[in-house]
Amino acid sequence: MDLFDIVTQQIANSLILGSFYALVALGYSMVYGIIKLLNFAHGDIYMVGAFIGFTALSLLVGFLGDGWLGISASLILSMIATGFLGVGIQRLAYRPLLSAPRLSILITAMGVSLLLFNTVMAATIGEYKAFETGLGFEGLDFGNIHISYTQIVLVLATALLMVALTLFINKTIYGKAMRAISIDMDACRLMGIDVNKVIALTFFVGSALAAAAGVMAGVYYGSIHFFMGFIIGLKAFTAAVFGGIGIIPGAMLGGLLLGTLESFGTQLSWIGTEWKDVFSFGLLILILVFKPNGLMGRTEIERM
Amino acid sequence: MAILEVKDLTLRFGGLEVIDTLSFDVEEGGIVSLIGPNGAGKTSVFNCLTGFYRANAGDIRFRNESIMSLKPHKITARGMARTFQNLRLFKQMTVIENVKSGMHCRTREGALGALLRSAGQRREEAEIERVAEECLAFVGILEHKDRLARNLPYGDQRRVEWARALATRPKLLLFDEPAAGLNYDEKERLIDLIRRIREELSITIFLIEHDMGLVMKVSEKVVVIDYGKKIAEGGCAEVQSNPKVIEAYLGKEDEDGN
Amino acid sequence: MAANDGSGAAVARRTGLAGVEDRLAAFFDDRRHRYAVFAALILAGLLVPRVGSNYTLEILTNSFLYIVLCLGLNIIVGYAGLLDLGFAAFFAVGAYSTGILTSTFGWNFWLAIPPALLFTVIVRVIIGAPTLRLRSDYLAIVTLGAGEMIRIIARNMKDLTGGASGLIGIQRPSLFGLELNQISHYYYIFLALAVLAVFASDRLEHSRLGRAWKYVRDDEDAAEAMGIDRVAVKLSAYIIGALFAGLAGCFYAAKMTAISPETFQFMQSIMILVAVVLGGMGKIAGMVVGAMAMVLFPEVFREIGSMRMLVFGLILIVMMIFRPQGIWPDRRH
Ligand SMILES: Nc1ncnc2c1ncn2[C@@H]1O[C@H](COP(=O)(O)OP(=O)(O)OP(=O)(O)O)[C@@H](O)[C@H]1O
Ligand SMILES: [Mg+2]
Repeated sequence: MDLFDIVTQQIANSLILGSFYALVALGYSMVYGIIKLLNFAHGDIYMVGAFIGFTALSLLVGFLGDGWLGISASLILSMIATGFLGVGIQRLAYRPLLSAPRLSILITAMGVSLLLFNTVMAATIGEYKAFETGLGFEGLDFGNIHISYTQIVLVLATALLMVALTLFINKTIYGKAMRAISIDMDACRLMGIDVNKVIALTFFVGSALAAAAGVMAGVYYGSIHFFMGFIIGLKAFTAAVFGGIGIIPGAMLGGLLLGTLESFGTQLSWIGTEWKDVFSFGLLILILVFKPNGLMGRTEIERM
Repeated sequence: MAILEVKDLTLRFGGLEVIDTLSFDVEEGGIVSLIGPNGAGKTSVFNCLTGFYRANAGDIRFRNESIMSLKPHKITARGMARTFQNLRLFKQMTVIENVKSGMHCRTREGALGALLRSAGQRREEAEIERVAEECLAFVGILEHKDRLARNLPYGDQRRVEWARALATRPKLLLFDEPAAGLNYDEKERLIDLIRRIREELSITIFLIEHDMGLVMKVSEKVVVIDYGKKIAEGGCAEVQSNPKVIEAYLGKEDEDGN
Repeated sequence: MAANDGSGAAVARRTGLAGVEDRLAAFFDDRRHRYAVFAALILAGLLVPRVGSNYTLEILTNSFLYIVLCLGLNIIVGYAGLLDLGFAAFFAVGAYSTGILTSTFGWNFWLAIPPALLFTVIVRVIIGAPTLRLRSDYLAIVTLGAGEMIRIIARNMKDLTGGASGLIGIQRPSLFGLELNQISHYYYIFLALAVLAVFASDRLEHSRLGRAWKYVRDDEDAAEAMGIDRVAVKLSAYIIGALFAGLAGCFYAAKMTAISPETFQFMQSIMILVAVVLGGMGKIAGMVVGAMAMVLFPEVFREIGSMRMLVFGLILIVMMIFRPQGIWPDRRH
């Protein structure tokens, strides 16, 4: 492989990896933006989304086949179901604690994370599940590098979701309400905005996006596992902070950049792939030290 | 002699100039008030003085040294203490524990002293206890010292804050709207307390207050700001008759003219 | 939560359970009562090896280890209010440092303790210091990641740590010429460590530093305004908490003679946290109860096995919503 091949290969890897990170990072960022909670359980929501998609596909396969039609249907089903799961979690676990000390809600989020992934672990007896699809390996060749149509479609689907989200945030009344609540929740309450409803909607959208990423990761990697949400949860958080937490385009940018840094970073001979996770974590610490507000965030002085 | 000199202080949030080239002095041993309509930037001035906000330009000199780049705890250690507009007590702790926090910057025992319970550490703890009780007695709530701070009535919680600030042994004490939420009796006692702090403890006082009656009774000098700019400065009578001040407060006469 | 304010307490007092709680709390409010109960417990602890089976000793040794770990985490989470989700990492650093120094470099166990503790502090500062200025949620996730990273590093640095299979053949220490190789030896050692940890926690809590931790926990800005350096105070909580874990790790390595990265995974950190939350953050007696409960629970309910973690998740959520002060009764004023 020459340099051109390596670069092409890594660009492809960056885009795929970056798409997953970005989709999960969006959920972190949206929830943080609106209620200033770091939802530790978000990585597990991604994992649950993958399993719901997997279940849906195995049920639908007889009717719609295991090609794109069946996959799209399972993806949408999973997004809806996981969205409602997110709303349920918010309603039961987080809402009672909105005005409690921060420590309480953080610990609760940790509890939700444990609950989710141990439930799935018990249900799957801790085994990997093969995410079988009928997608082939056809694709485009760039030099010695083969990029499958599956990869291309996944990246395009991510782009589509992000465009839809941007339109939703900027053009709809709910998007406006979300932005308003993130600035001043009490004022919104006084203005008659149904704050609880908007918070629930935020959880719905964030969870649905994570589910989409989960199903896509299943399709891409070919297998899913109850622990798959843990590391990506950390990475997506890194991406969200990198872009500027609470800022929607920031999460997208952060995800793509982290994917790129990680793909190219691990190409450096002195960083082996087994150090990949340590690499992105080191990056997180560096970002937090030197640019805690992220690339797109503004320095805000906390109100006293 | 001035204990605090503020020169051309400027603070911006985004495009908004919250404080605009503000200059004034607080004389040592005096009682000075900072007044102005809601949102004029008074609390922001306090936040700059105590190091919580970084001013964009200008200079703050406290006891003849610039404190512009110091962190809040360093400024407190140099002898400037403050209270907050909204109560900021340590809610899960008792009244006396709250007040002991003020002594932190005047003491030094660390983990090792605590673990070994050395003679020096025990002496220091006794001293902290003594000062805290003294401060509580000074503001008149010594009998509540072992209650949880959050279980006290509002007026008494305010007094815990004052005692806590006194326990830092300040040279200059900043009060942010100390009379807010107090009833008539409590306000009278506050006026008395402010005077006693100056007379008995020789601490200079700089306060923000909306209650004009109180301001006129205690202060020797008043600084008036509006939209972050100084619009008047001087004695009570002088400021009260200043047309700019009347204009800034117009329509607020009923609230403040009690 | 309601039980925290005056009216809630009055309502609660009428119910039977709360009445018992109140009396318990009042009893333990008296320092002499506390010391008497504590002394009785130590005495009982010293007598157990005469009657207990090796199985009992093993379980109790484990719970003493957990008491030390819980008291360490309690300093960070309970007193300073900083959520640390990777606490087992410092337990690991203590254990690995001791293991490597004694087995690879042939050091005497007792001489290996100070460098192991120094190492724990260094790692703690590297992970803690850069992020201390940040919001508490950031801290939580950084510690979560850090815990994992330390485990991955331990797995990847094969030459030093033995990789995934871990270190084996760690030397047994000896004391006054007696080689410590019996379960009862370690029972006494960990009992002593637990007693030491309780004493240290009690003294720290009621000191200038302990109060500063709580000021920062309750209101950072107000603490800063009172002249408290919040960064230094948080860092000291981090370091002292980690030292408890590091010390426990040293003796753990000696007791086990073999350690592997999996002992220190994320779940270990979570178990310690659950014990702390269950016992009641910020309360020493609560830590003892929580640690005991945590070790005994899986022994008593063996059939639950793999569902254990699921139960722990539920415990965290339910405790935070309904009884954030833990199972141990609260003092009420
Ligand atoms: N951290 C901050 N970020 C952005 N704007 C701020 C911040 N702090 C204060 N402001 C703005 O600065 C202006 C002055 O606020 P400040 O609290 O200083 O007023 P004030 O004179 O104390 O008013 P009040 O009498 O109501 O207490 C207000 O418009 C406020 O919204
Ligand atoms: Mg104000």
